[in-house]
This record gives sequence, C-alpha cells and structure tokens, in this order.
Amino acid sequence: MHGVNSMTPISPKLQRRPRWRLHPKLVPYVLLAPFVLLFFIFGLFPLLFSLFLAFQSWEPTSGLANMSYVGLDNFIFTLEDEWFWKSIKNTFWLAAVSGIPQHLIAIPLACVIHAQFKRTRNATVGAYFLPYITSTVAIAMMFSTLFSTDYGLINQVIAGAAQLPLIGSFFPQQPIDWLGESEFIKPAISFVVFWRYVGFNTVLYLAALQTIPKDMYEAATMDGASRWNQFWYITLPSLKPMIYFGVTLTLIGGLQLFEEPFILTGGRGGSDQSGMTTAMYMYRTAFDFNDFGTASALSWILFVFVAVLTWLTNLAFKPKRGET
Amino acid sequence: MHRIGQFAPEFRLSTMFANIRSVVIAVLLSHLTLCAHAQKVLTVAAYPAVDSIIKAALPAWEKKHPGVQVKVISRAYADHHTAMTTALSTSSKPPDVMVLESSYVARFATGGGLEDLGAPPYNLNESKHLFVAFSIDQAKSSTGRLVAIPTDIGPGTLLYRQDLLLKSGLQEADLTNSWDSYIKAGVVIKKSTGAYLVAHARDVKDLIIRGGVKSGEGLYFDAAGHSLVTTERFVKAFELAKRIRDNKLDGKISAWSNEWAEGFRRGHVATQMSGAWIAGHLNNWLAPETKGLWRASQLPENTWAAWGGSFYAIPKAATQKELAWDLIQLMTLNPDRQLEAFKSQDAFPALISVHNDAFFNEPIAFLGQQKARILWREATRHIQAPKVHRLDTFADEVINTELDKVLNQGKDIRLALKDADRLLERRARR
Repeated sequence: MHGVNSMTPISPKLQRRPRWRLHPKLVPYVLLAPFVLLFFIFGLFPLLFSLFLAFQSWEPTSGLANMSYVGLDNFIFTLEDEWFWKSIKNTFWLAAVSGIPQHLIAIPLACVIHAQFKRTRNATVGAYFLPYITSTVAIAMMFSTLFSTDYGLINQVIAGAAQLPLIGSFFPQQPIDWLGESEFIKPAISFVVFWRYVGFNTVLYLAALQTIPKDMYEAATMDGASRWNQFWYITLPSLKPMIYFGVTLTLIGGLQLFEEPFILTGGRGGSDQSGMTTAMYMYRTAFDFNDFGTASALSWILFVFVAVLTWLTNLAFKPKRGET
Repeated sequence: MHRIGQFAPEFRLSTMFANIRSVVIAVLLSHLTLCAHAQKVLTVAAYPAVDSIIKAALPAWEKKHPGVQVKVISRAYADHHTAMTTALSTSSKPPDVMVLESSYVARFATGGGLEDLGAPPYNLNESKHLFVAFSIDQAKSSTGRLVAIPTDIGPGTLLYRQDLLLKSGLQEADLTNSWDSYIKAGVVIKKSTGAYLVAHARDVKDLIIRGGVKSGEGLYFDAAGHSLVTTERFVKAFELAKRIRDNKLDGKISAWSNEWAEGFRRGHVATQMSGAWIAGHLNNWLAPETKGLWRASQLPENTWAAWGGSFYAIPKAATQKELAWDLIQLMTLNPDRQLEAFKSQDAFPALISVHNDAFFNEPIAFLGQQKARILWREATRHIQAPKVHRLDTFADEVINTELDKVLNQGKDIRLALKDADRLLERRARR
C-alpha cells in the first residue's frame, strides 16, 4: 500500500470530500426514520383516524368531505345495540372455549415432548406447529369440507360410530349441521381455533422448559419427589412467566378473532349470528352496512375490553415481588 | 476506534445517498421518456365474468380509440366491491369506470360519489327506454338520480329436475300453479325420490318478499322510511318457509357452498329458484354432468322477481369521464357486444333490442333442448324493481336471523317479525 501511494498521485476527484455530509448525531435518527415513517402512516394515522371517525356520521361512498360530527352518538348506539352484546358474548365464549384448552393441552404436551422425544423431537414439534403457519383460508376451507352435513368426514365418522354396538347410542343418529345450526357453530369454530394454535403454545412452553435447570429435578428425585410432584412444584411454577405471556397472547388473539369464523360462516356469522365475533360485527358494520362511524366506535369499545382483560391477566399471572 | 466510529457511517451514508440519487434520476428520466410515448390509459374495475366481457370488446374499442388503452382491474366479487367502497370513500384515484352488482348499486346510490348519468353530458334519461324497465329502476337512487347503467340482468326462473318430476309422476304445473301446489309437489318428490324440494327454505322466503312488493314501495321500507316487515307479505313468506322446513323439504344448504354444488351433482335437490344465469353456472361448473336433466319454468304463482345483474358507473372523482362514457356506451348500447356477452357468458342483455335476436329462439342443450330464453324474456316484461333503502342489507340480515329462529328454534312468526321491526326502526331513526 505504501509503495503504491508513493508512486500514484491521488486525483483531485478522489480527494474531494463527499458532498453528502451527515452529522454523526443525526445518524440514529436517519436510520430510524424508515420505521418511524411507516409507523406514522400505517400505525398511528389509522389509529387516530378511527378515533376521529368514531365521533362522525359518515356514508363512505360519499367521500371524505361528507362527514358530520355526532358527538358520542355512535358510542351510545353501540352500547345499546343488542347485536353488539350478542357479538361480545360470542367472542368471550369462543375465546374461552378455544383458548383455555390450548394451554391445558400445550403444557403437558410440551412436557411429554421435552422428556420423551429425542430424535423425532423436531419433527413432532414441526407437525404441531404446522397449522399455525398454514394459510387461514386454506384451513377454513378444509374444515368447511370436513364439517359438511351430508358429505363431510366428521359426520361420516360419527355415523359410523353410531352403528357400533354398546357405545353407538351415545352418538347422534342424524347428521349434525355443524355450520348451519346455531348451537353447533361456536363449538366448530372453537375446535378449528384450538387446533390451529395449540402447536404455537406448545413451542412456547418447550422453549421455557429448556431454561429450567436439570439439577432441580435431580435434587427433587433424590429427595423422593414423584413425577407429579416434580411437575406441580418445579415445572409449573417455573413456567409461570411463559404462561403469563402465552395467556396474554391467547386472550388478545381470542378477543380479536376474525378470520376463522369469517370464512367458516361465509362472512355472515352463521345462523342467529352464533359465530359472529365483535371483530366480524365491526367489519360488517363498516363494509356491509356502510356505517364507518359506528364501526370505529365499536373498535374502541372492543379495545377497552381487551385492555381491561389484559390488565386482569397481568394481575393474575405476573410474578409477585419476591417470586422468581 | 473513535475516529472510525465517527466517520465510517458518514462515508457509507454519503455513498448510499449518491447511489440512491443516481437511481432516482435514472428512474425519473426513463419515466419521462416513457410518458412522452405513452398512450392514454382508461381504468376499468370489474369482477368475473364482466371483466372477460370487457376484454372481449377491446378490439372493437381500439378501432374507435386507437390511442387509448383500457386497463381492466379484476378482483373477486366481494373484494371488488370492498375496493370500490374504499375508492369512493377517499376519492383518491378511483377507476374511470366501475362495474357494480345490482345489490351494491342501491348501497352506492345513497352516497354522492357516483355521477348522475341521467343528467348532462350523459343524458341517459333520453335513452333509458332502450333498456329493460326494472333494470333502470334498480339504478335509481331514492332521490331519482340515475347512478349507473345496466348491462346484464337476472330475470327470475324456476329450474327443476325433469327426471325427478317424472319419477314422482308430477308435471311442471304442479310446481308452478301456486305455492301450495309447489309444497305439495315437494312432499311427493321427497317420498318418491328422497330429493329435497329446495336447497334452503330461506330461498322461498326471499322470493315471496320480492314478488309481492307494491308499486313505489321498497323491499323492507316504505316511502317514508318505516319498516314493512310486519306486513302480510312477510308473514306469508315466513309461513311458507316454515311449512317447507316442517315437512323436511329443504336441505338447509346455503347457496354457493360445497354442499350446494354437491347436492346438484348428486340429484339431491329437485328445484332451484334464481336468476336465469344459474343455468349457465350449472352447465359450466356446478353440475355439468346433469346436462339434459333440468328444465326451466316461470316462478310459482306467477311471481316475478330479479336476481342480480351488473351495472356500469362513473365515479365523480374519475379523471377521464368522456372516454369512460364512450366505453360504457359500447358495452351497453351496442347490440353486438350485448349479444356476444349473452352467448359467451350467459349475461342476459339489459338492452331490449337484442331480445328480438334469433339466438333467443335457439334450444339450450343443458335444459334438454328447451327454448328457455323466450321464457326469461317474458319475465323481464313483468318484473318490478322495489325502491332501494340505505338499510336494505342490514334488513336482509335481520330478517334472515329471525327466520332462522322461526325455523330452528320454533319462535312465533309474528313475534319474530315484531322483533325484526324493532331493530329496523331503531336503525332507521338514526
């Protein structure tokens, strides 16, 4: 390098300082700018716009100029709307029935995979995780076919089971209209949601299990603790932070449930709107009933529900002072 | 380390900005060059199969407007209408021409985002007599503005399985004489063949409430905006739907579901009431293997109703309205284009002059060589379009919900309609 520099004169062009000069203090801001810009456009602006809309009456096909301020009218109308409360009831039912089993199954399942599976462990975890990364549309279409009243596999299995001696009488003798009758729609949707997310929670708990020191189990074994006692007094308390995280995600996801019921019920919520969640009702109010103001008010009321329940989850699961 | 840490980012950023600047200049220059040679582009947003009909007309368009390219943006039916709602709401770069399905025309008509085609420079009022009367009424807003122009219509028809009817020892008249005879025929068909009379009892309700609309009335609301759902029209519709369900004559199958198609393929559904276009769907993809087994008739008890239909509209914020209107005229007022769409896509023409074409007298192989187009043409002369109301979609949902309660939970019909009335009046008062 030294030899070359001494023999080759540096051209004035190369010597010229770059015209674009940026003060080092500004570098972090410039690097952050793309995210901040995108957040403002796609995050903050829609949020504030929906808050603004919640106080307006707006027929969207008239254009942005045709809004009129209605104060709290949209909020009052929503809170007095029986379909809103029906959708809230549906949402809570679906969140509980699809959400609670996810964790009740995922925790023991993760423990079994963690303790028993060695060579096939990754393949097993992958198989459970697969529904989570599969397109919701594909899943819902597949289950629509499985739930078909006359031609679906589920009803065919039930019909076969109904023919069995002794236990046959426990099964319904008529095909079940899973997605057509109000009493079956919610269980059908809950099953699909459960099936889709149980693998995700299993992966969460598997990750947490790997952080528990093995010597705790060794010490417990030496003290004569049974497998059950080890699970109850070591595994479960150690998983508490992950349970808090997992339950919070399930709660928020459950209260915002949209895709599965939307596709399974053809976008209408099914008979007697039994499968219509609040997120679906919000969408329908905006795009089917052309009332963006009420839909925005509805979304903010739903936000309050989500925030309060997340806070309650926080109270229930967050480690107390002095806990590890 | 300190100096490197300070100056390395500066150098890299300056190089990066220089590169970006070069790329931006290059892109701008190439864009300007392209623009200098570019054709005018007319944007049309459509859904299947209207998109195919427009594309088929492009050679004729290019002869008339050699410098104007037509860009057809095609989306699935529901996505298309959601996109059009968004385009109108922001008034930002809407298409020059938008295709709308009949139920959406009513909803979009309540806003002020579409051009009044009855007014100058379009003056559609002067040529509206060229179109089937009810289709023009469908395109009117409650204030009388003509916000769209019809291109195809869906005259209602009853398709029935001739083979199942023969097995049951019945004739077409048994299905069409009256609603009572229709249900009685259904009982015989179920007993003889095991087939359902109809896919869903809701289909019969839909037809009866549409068929009995008085002149000047809406489907769910009167001229003053009061709910009509407690009238005898709705009571009769609910009672007949309940009779069908009580006699187990419907398969509880919703339209456009997998079971619906499978029911047709396997011969489990004996009749289907819909727009005339349903014969084309059955022939093309729903149940082509049932070719020759179906026949068409008028709807029971001389009921006249329309299902669906497509319209063209021009957004107020469109930038090339004159060209848009030219294209729309080509698609709607040109008999050749209308006939071609009918032949290729079963799009029943809204333009009356096409109805006298020899094609209407040709037999239809899927319907056992029946000359069914003559029947459908006759229906177009009787159909009346109910007045539209901004809450029609919501009312449809409310009525279907209450019908479900009547059919599945045994709710009293008059109580169900009273509950529906309460919900509708509450919304209508806002």
